[in-house]
Amino acid sequence: MGQLKGRIIYKGKVEGEALVTSMPISFYGGVDPNTGTVIEKGHELEGVSIKDKILVFPQGKGSTVGSYTLYRMKRNNTAPIGMINKETETIVAVGAIISEIPFIDKIDVSKIKTGNRILIENNNIDIF
Amino acid sequence: MELTKQEQAMLNGEEGYAVRKSLEILVALGEIFGAKNLIDVGSVQVSGVSYHNLGDAGLEFLDSLAKDGKVKVLTTLNPAGMDLENWRQLGITAEFAEKQNLVIDAFQRMGILVSCTCTPYLIGNLPLYSEHVAWSESSAVTFANSVLGARTNREGGPSALAAAFVGKTPCYGLHLNENRVPDVHVKVETEFSKLSDWGALGYAIGKKAENKIPYITGIKTAQLDELKSFCASTVTYGTKPLFYIKNITPGSDQQTLPKETVTIEVSDIKNAYDSINDNIDEIDFVCVGCPHCSIKEIQEIVNLIQGKKVKEGTELWVATSRTVKQLADKRGYTVTIETAGGKFACDTCMAVAPLEGRFKALATTSAKGCFYSRQNLMKTKMGSMKECIEAAVSGKWGN
Repeated sequence: MGQLKGRIIYKGKVEGEALVTSMPISFYGGVDPNTGTVIEKGHELEGVSIKDKILVFPQGKGSTVGSYTLYRMKRNNTAPIGMINKETETIVAVGAIISEIPFIDKIDVSKIKTGNRILIENNNIDIF
Repeated sequence: MELTKQEQAMLNGEEGYAVRKSLEILVALGEIFGAKNLIDVGSVQVSGVSYHNLGDAGLEFLDSLAKDGKVKVLTTLNPAGMDLENWRQLGITAEFAEKQNLVIDAFQRMGILVSCTCTPYLIGNLPLYSEHVAWSESSAVTFANSVLGARTNREGGPSALAAAFVGKTPCYGLHLNENRVPDVHVKVETEFSKLSDWGALGYAIGKKAENKIPYITGIKTAQLDELKSFCASTVTYGTKPLFYIKNITPGSDQQTLPKETVTIEVSDIKNAYDSINDNIDEIDFVCVGCPHCSIKEIQEIVNLIQGKKVKEGTELWVATSRTVKQLADKRGYTVTIETAGGKFACDTCMAVAPLEGRFKALATTSAKGCFYSRQNLMKTKMGSMKECIEAAVSGKWGN
């Protein structure tokens, strides 16, 4: 259906189902690391699990401790299997690296819809 | 970003897991912020030490790095969530203490000095003018950049650790001359009479110069403790972690006055106090030492509290580094403060200790301390050291 090119933050190959939000995500305090469910009040994804999804969002926000939360989620098997950002920042970038989750940014995230089948391979995204 | 052969080898894992992860972090941040290369750093200050903030996730990650990670440069540590020796007296639970000790143990294994202070510059981590360092802890970052004239971005815990394992940091942001140019002229048209006025000034400038580098004129003199307090306040309430004060801070004579001008008048300082101070009388928690008390501040406390008693139902904490407390021990200051019913809180502070629900109303000299204590649901009063010690003795503010 389409191909997008971005910038590699953490290199890898992964295929899965997209979960898209137009709102920034705070992993520390905003996501329950034990279940992978978004718990931030009023967030578009409140109550939705990001576990095993390819999570598509503009960027991170909140406490720098969020990097460690992603690491915890990876260890708990509640983390997303891949991530895509519009323009990333330190918290999510560091979180993806220490958790070894394939991660690309500089992507027009409006081109991806929730439920799309997606393949991330290095700096390339295929949408099926 | 261009890497040397040695850096490339580190990235390929030739020096083990911790160094490879560190290179990955430094390269990614360098790419995100447009750095061309990595530069050597003279020292590192690592934040993210309190188990209260790290949780098990942070502890697990630190543990994984400690397996083969050793720091390559002088590395000091931010405050922990408790006094590492005297935690019981400060009401910390045994469960918390056990986890906090595991965090400290991981840092020990990495070769980090367990200094547990936000004032590394008072205990031997003192960068020189124009020296590149990689520090986290916003008040210390601001002090290093502004008062010492060293160069550091505002690192987070993991990026500071990465810099320590590699001895380098990506060259972007405040490491470069072009990003250290002030963008707003702050004319101060008021006089100061006490330490907390500097906290109020930081609040006022933070609000008027959000995310900017202020060039401040109109201040005739400043002392170490005043600048220490101002650094913590101005960055907490909004500016970038760098400022210049004409004729006082290094490099101020090399910068030209920015066109954009804001003025700080008596009314701005009063508004700052009004915003920070809640309408309360009863005080059950007095905490001084945000940033950590210098030995001079401890002398001041001793002079104020000698022969008095802290009111029952009110706690007085003196937050400082263990290194400074050892000086206080030798001089007999510790005995005087403890005899009066005050407690030392070494290695920790009111911003990172697990204090939610423990106290209702805080009195402090620190504007930054008020900011974080409000997150712990306390009402706050900010004033001079004298007002704070009087509140500890009477259990009331301003009586």
